[in-house]
Amino acid sequence: MSRSRSDRAEKLLELADDELVLGWRNSEWTGIAPYLEEDVAFSSIAQNEIGHARALYELAAAELGTTADELALGREPEEYRCAPLVELRRLEWARTIARHFLYETADAVRIEALKASSDPEIAGLATKIDREEVYHRIHADMWLDRLQASAEGLRRLREAVSELWPYALGVLDEELRPEWVERIRGRLRFDLPEGRPITRAEHTADLRELWEEMTIVRRSAPGASW
Amino acid sequence: MQEQAFLEYVQAGGQVETGDEMPGDYRAKLIKFIEMHGNSELMGVLPEREWILRAPTLQRKLALTAKVQDEVGHAQLIYRVVEDLGKPRERCLDDLISGRSKFHNVFHYPTRTWGDVGVIAWLVDAAAIISQKALLKCSYAPYARIMKKICWEESFHILHGRDVVLAMMTGLAEQRELVQEAIHRWWSPLMQFHGNPIPAEDDPMYRWRIKSQGNEEARQQFLDGYVPQILELGLEIPDPALGKDEETGVWHYTEPDWDELRHVVTGHGPRSVERLELRRVAREETAWVRDVMLAQAA
Amino acid sequence: MVWEVFRQERKGQAFQHAGSFEAPDQTFAETYAREFYGRRQESIALWIVPREHIETIGDFVDELGRNYHRVDGYSLKTKLKEAREQVAQRSG
Repeated sequence: MSRSRSDRAEKLLELADDELVLGWRNSEWTGIAPYLEEDVAFSSIAQNEIGHARALYELAAAELGTTADELALGREPEEYRCAPLVELRRLEWARTIARHFLYETADAVRIEALKASSDPEIAGLATKIDREEVYHRIHADMWLDRLQASAEGLRRLREAVSELWPYALGVLDEELRPEWVERIRGRLRFDLPEGRPITRAEHTADLRELWEEMTIVRRSAPGASW
Repeated sequence: MQEQAFLEYVQAGGQVETGDEMPGDYRAKLIKFIEMHGNSELMGVLPEREWILRAPTLQRKLALTAKVQDEVGHAQLIYRVVEDLGKPRERCLDDLISGRSKFHNVFHYPTRTWGDVGVIAWLVDAAAIISQKALLKCSYAPYARIMKKICWEESFHILHGRDVVLAMMTGLAEQRELVQEAIHRWWSPLMQFHGNPIPAEDDPMYRWRIKSQGNEEARQQFLDGYVPQILELGLEIPDPALGKDEETGVWHYTEPDWDELRHVVTGHGPRSVERLELRRVAREETAWVRDVMLAQAA
Repeated sequence: MVWEVFRQERKGQAFQHAGSFEAPDQTFAETYAREFYGRRQESIALWIVPREHIETIGDFVDELGRNYHRVDGYSLKTKLKEAREQVAQRSG
């Protein structure tokens, strides 16, 4: 599906694709998380993200004359606007928490801006999403504190943040990036890594692999209702 | 309390709490039974979670994730009960992974299509709920109490399953074929699910009122409730001998292969080894996390 | 650490014991309690407490059958019958 889209639609798709793909990745932990209580908690976060994606797709779909499902699952991989950070396949736990924290912080900065949007639909949805994301941020903070309070946890977290740093830098535009960097700096017990941003301009190979699996049933019977 | 007095007590409807005195045999059977239930919830997650990643709509994706999440939650509730009876969760997981303890037959089989997703949520969960409702009367009160929450949460699973199936049955021919094909593969494990028909009086679980329903009674309830639902959709059930005697109300069917059931639950099912291996690896990879969490436990 | 959860389903109802779970500290406990007993908005409020802070009291003694402060210590049937008969006699 290629059509020229408004900036608004583009922005919505960017957010929606981020939430969709990250939610999809986070849902991969359902059933095999480090322990049962956390499994249930993390699964809710993944479901929320998919829910946010759906709401964002619905806004875009209304403008583009299509449906949320069609946008979420009916495009070619190249058409997705998600950040490479969210595309990386299910990471081990330290990287999952690092990604969770880095992403939620970026999302917080982004959502704050959207809540002030002159577009009432976008501002309204951003407010709703933010209310749910409060719990995501509490969860990420909780894990960050816990990991950083032990030598082993700190070591693993540091390694994870280092590895993900270039990807994380690429989630926000240049305009919002410095705010994000400062918030991260304030929370980590180690120096920020070096790195150049890997931006949305190019997708990782992981996305196509995810897309193949994500769309396999849908593609098996085009046009069918499920 | 003497064993005979205890037996009379539970058979008269008496309830037992965690700290109460109980015969060694009762405690041992209880742990084994409840542990197997916990194991089944935990292993039941694995066939379904593959399909979370392949759900064809956002709504189905959410529903399936929520369903699997519920099952993990149930495992947590159940293992907590076992732990309060004296067997820690980690030892339960050790025994599960090593094959010393068991889990229900249905979770040893592969899921091959989206048709399986519908059929499992609809029929396998239905078979499980029948057993679970009977457990609401378990003599061991902490277990009976969590069964209330479990049954309540399971109610959406069956509706979800039936919804998935109905969407396919009112869809394209190839979708209907997916459901029919899934029924063909799942019928036999479903018929074996409630276990071989030992008379209730000979079943120690029933004597201790851990179970309040015999195996055959459960299976009959399943057939009564779900055969009509299956047939009304135009689906075929792969058992020519299946039928209800209108006079007695009893369903007859081709005798399931009980040897096969025994073979499967002792770890020789098509996916038994692979899934236990997945559990083992997942557990190992995240051992450091549990260590970090324990390290600062207040 | 094991935590116990009490939940209130609707305003006005008593908090009832709902179950238990493990969490390393209060922050995690709050998150997990929310998830286990509130993710479907099935509770409007929860109390959580570490199990070690709960005391069980279970032995209640009444050797001498103190029924004077219970309803079952009062059977008025006979006296009431006698009183009614007497009223009937006096007015009859």
